[in-house]
Amino acid sequence: MASFLINTLGLPAWLAWTITATVSAALILNVMAVGALVFIWAERKIAARIQDRLGPTRTGGKFGWLQSVADGIKLLAKEDLMPEGADGLLFRIAPYVSFCASFAAFIALPFAFDFVGQRLNVGVFYVVAVLGLEVFGVILAGYASASKWSLFGAMREAAQVVSYEVPLGMCVVVPVMLAGSMDLVTIAEKQAGWFTNWYLFHDPFTFVIFWVYFTCAVASVNRAPFDLAEAESELVAGFHTEYSGLRWSFFFMAEYGSMFLVSALASVLFLGGWNGPVPIASLLGLSEGTGDTAGYLVRLVGCLNLILKSTLGVVVMMWVRWTLPRLRIDQVMTTCLKYCTPIAAVMFAGAMLWSFFLPGGLVGIAGRRILSRPAGEIREGWLKGPGGRGRDVVSSRPITEAAMMPAPLHSDDGRRVSR
Amino acid sequence: MRGSSFLESLESACPGAVVGKNLEAIDPWIEIAADRVEPVCRWLKHASVPAFDSLECITAVDWFEPDPKKAAKVSWQPHLELVYHLWSTAAKASLVLKVKLPRWRNDVAGELPEVASVAGVWRTADWHEREVYDLSGVHFAGHPDLRRILCPEDWVGYPLRKDYEQPIEYHGIRGR
Amino acid sequence: MDEPGGISRGSLLEDPRLDDQRIIEFDVRTDEMLVNMGPQHPSTHGVLRLVLRTDGEIVSEVEPHIGYLHRCAEKIGENLTHRQWIPYTDRMDYLAAMNMNLGWALAVEKLMRHRVSERARHLRVLIAELGRISSHLVGMGAYGLDLGTFSPFLYAFREREKILDLFEEACGARLTYSYITVGGLTADLPPGWLLKCEQFLDQFEPVIQEYHALLTTNAIFVKRTAGIGVLPREMAIDYGCSGPVLRGSGVDQDMRRDGESIYTAMYDGYAFEVAVMKNGHYPRDHAYPPVPSDAVLGDCWHRFFVRMLEVVQSMDLVRQAIDRYSACKEPLGEPLKLTEKMPAGDAYLETECPKGQMGFYVVSDGTAIPWRARARSSSFSNLSVLSELCRGCLIADVPAIVGSLDIVMGEIDR
Repeated sequence: MASFLINTLGLPAWLAWTITATVSAALILNVMAVGALVFIWAERKIAARIQDRLGPTRTGGKFGWLQSVADGIKLLAKEDLMPEGADGLLFRIAPYVSFCASFAAFIALPFAFDFVGQRLNVGVFYVVAVLGLEVFGVILAGYASASKWSLFGAMREAAQVVSYEVPLGMCVVVPVMLAGSMDLVTIAEKQAGWFTNWYLFHDPFTFVIFWVYFTCAVASVNRAPFDLAEAESELVAGFHTEYSGLRWSFFFMAEYGSMFLVSALASVLFLGGWNGPVPIASLLGLSEGTGDTAGYLVRLVGCLNLILKSTLGVVVMMWVRWTLPRLRIDQVMTTCLKYCTPIAAVMFAGAMLWSFFLPGGLVGIAGRRILSRPAGEIREGWLKGPGGRGRDVVSSRPITEAAMMPAPLHSDDGRRVSR
Repeated sequence: MRGSSFLESLESACPGAVVGKNLEAIDPWIEIAADRVEPVCRWLKHASVPAFDSLECITAVDWFEPDPKKAAKVSWQPHLELVYHLWSTAAKASLVLKVKLPRWRNDVAGELPEVASVAGVWRTADWHEREVYDLSGVHFAGHPDLRRILCPEDWVGYPLRKDYEQPIEYHGIRGR
Repeated sequence: MDEPGGISRGSLLEDPRLDDQRIIEFDVRTDEMLVNMGPQHPSTHGVLRLVLRTDGEIVSEVEPHIGYLHRCAEKIGENLTHRQWIPYTDRMDYLAAMNMNLGWALAVEKLMRHRVSERARHLRVLIAELGRISSHLVGMGAYGLDLGTFSPFLYAFREREKILDLFEEACGARLTYSYITVGGLTADLPPGWLLKCEQFLDQFEPVIQEYHALLTTNAIFVKRTAGIGVLPREMAIDYGCSGPVLRGSGVDQDMRRDGESIYTAMYDGYAFEVAVMKNGHYPRDHAYPPVPSDAVLGDCWHRFFVRMLEVVQSMDLVRQAIDRYSACKEPLGEPLKLTEKMPAGDAYLETECPKGQMGFYVVSDGTAIPWRARARSSSFSNLSVLSELCRGCLIADVPAIVGSLDIVMGEIDR
């Protein structure tokens, strides 16, 4: 966009970049805020369905889809209380620290090829690091509230997040290692093609490590059964006991934002990012890399793909929350240090050896049959018909490479042949 | 083992402790001298057959008629009665002990009558005695932590006494 | 000191604190903190206030403060006739008001040597056992809530609503019934009620398996409850604990079987087995999930499990009561008059309420108004053991232990 502004409209570079940044930020902010509203509504409906209830049904006509907006308005109108003994500045600043951390992590998250706020070559590192900053808001809130329950919540959060960063980091390193890049866009691109190319199915180790990642991600965003920082039956409401109104809602938005973010990260790292399970676009001969309308549409579909996958992750988190009891703090620590960390370490080593000896992934040993054929070849096969002349069915090229290659828009002889 | 043979063994274990009894009542009861409560209870818990290992309830009944017209007709002298309901989990048998106390020690209003605490015998007596102290005004000597339990700590008076008068005001809250 | 194996033990290793698993870092100096849990707290089951002395997450001492719901019920009882006090018993254990009504009614009947009709007797069993189911459902659901899972609470309330609907149809009230009263019941069942009750039971029976799946056998639930808050048998008796708390510690006592004759006569001819672990087995335990390996007799898990078993037991009793009640052709009979005089004397009766043994003591001077009306609350005694159970536990265990005692503040404070 910046280059478009500079080249076509002739704007000075600094202005172009500022405009671009503002637009991107506004877009991401909206994605996050609207996403949070939708997820809050979804959580109510999902929880209600799990619990044999209906959930909101009236606000905004059908399905109560305006309920979150109504809640937001209510929260805006609420009195903004601050305890007398609270540390004013820190108390006020804490929700924004949490929110900003969650928001800032979205910047490097690719929604589709080229649909990314800022493509960073250390994207994974950046997202995980910035997401970890969210804990500061929680600790500040707990410390500044001048409430013992809040302090308990903050201390628990600190202990928990610091511990879970370790296995989380190990899990994240595995896709980085397989892709050979820390750039989230590159990692997703390498998983293009059929769903067997996803790192989830790369080898048994990555399959296991995905679940470890998901567990750690749930823990690091404080969702049940790891919601010890709030723990309403123990700590009243934990770190946000003393918060009300809009400030409280910022914590809430940060929580839902982070939930979406870790799910999106899981999609990018393990579930192929914006690539669907079936490479429809390349089968149809479309490429996401081109600048025309078709390419744009493909990217839009990819974006939907990613959002769908991430939403699935969020829904699973909600499902878990409304099913399981909460763990105790020592059990949370045990889960992390005795189970998640060693498993992640072993799986990391396993995945490393696997990719050293069998770089082709799981499909490599299963025999490269239909599924592993590059999408372009399949399409060619279709075009040529069953008896058509063709190359070897089995390709010697690595699949990722083939799938990444822009497929030709037209077949060799320029006409489509129906089977 | 109900009835007279049990009484005999109690009599031989704690001579002079039993000062009255009614074995024909709906709940047969034994009256214990106020100064012998603790040893009798200790014997009942540890040595008697059956052993009454559980204290169910301590109740104070205030036998006092504030209305002088009615008071002239009653057959009893004003007194405070402590009722201990015991239970044996092994024999599934119950026992009722009664202890007569003066309403006020030395008949000075405000001086609480005193009886030995049995909190050292059954630990549940701790809270039950606190409740009796709180609501009926009996001082349990040797109780580890004799404080009001249901009423606020600065409450005045013992509500389950028959001559109790509700305070007019408590911390700015109208009482009557 | 040289031991036979030639191992010399230093003075540090002999520090008894080293054996204490709860003390994680004993050489780090930390400060203790006093924390008020309640009277406004989500998991203190009403207006209970606990003062916790904590060292980090470890609770070294818990002191319960009660009395926030004291409504002078006993004093009021000295100014009303026996039947007029029935509504006040409703408000003691408001989650099992039927059983409270029954307790007081039977105590007064014991004093008056009054016997109710057969039909009233079976109806009382029917109603009281339904009340037990509804109370245990709340106890179970709220326990899930204490442990941080919300859904079982609503599953429990969904079923409880149906019981309340049945109660409403029978007596017009959903929470404070005053249905069972001195000398009988205020009204007979409306036509078609028994059918609805049976339908409820048929529908409810499979639901219990859901509860077992969600709570009893859930790995996290077991981790949170097994071995937590262990109440040894002797301590349970010493503290006057009763009901599921006592049976959860392995004491075989149920007033419906062991109580006084006026109460046990109500259950004459009914077949039921006391839900208590005997020789390492619960009665009919093949039908229920196995006891987890790390559960210790007397811990939170066992208290919870006893309640779950009693739900099944009560369902069975309700079925039996329906049969007997419908076989009874004699009339229900009228309850006693409001101002029926009681003979001079006193009577104490304990009944097996869902929360434990609820004792009512009535002293009469010969009028219809009791000279003294005393309620011995089971939750009161059950709660008094809390400070023993919570010594050295974690903060998260405090709600788990309080919840497993299943207390109702209305009954404790009266």
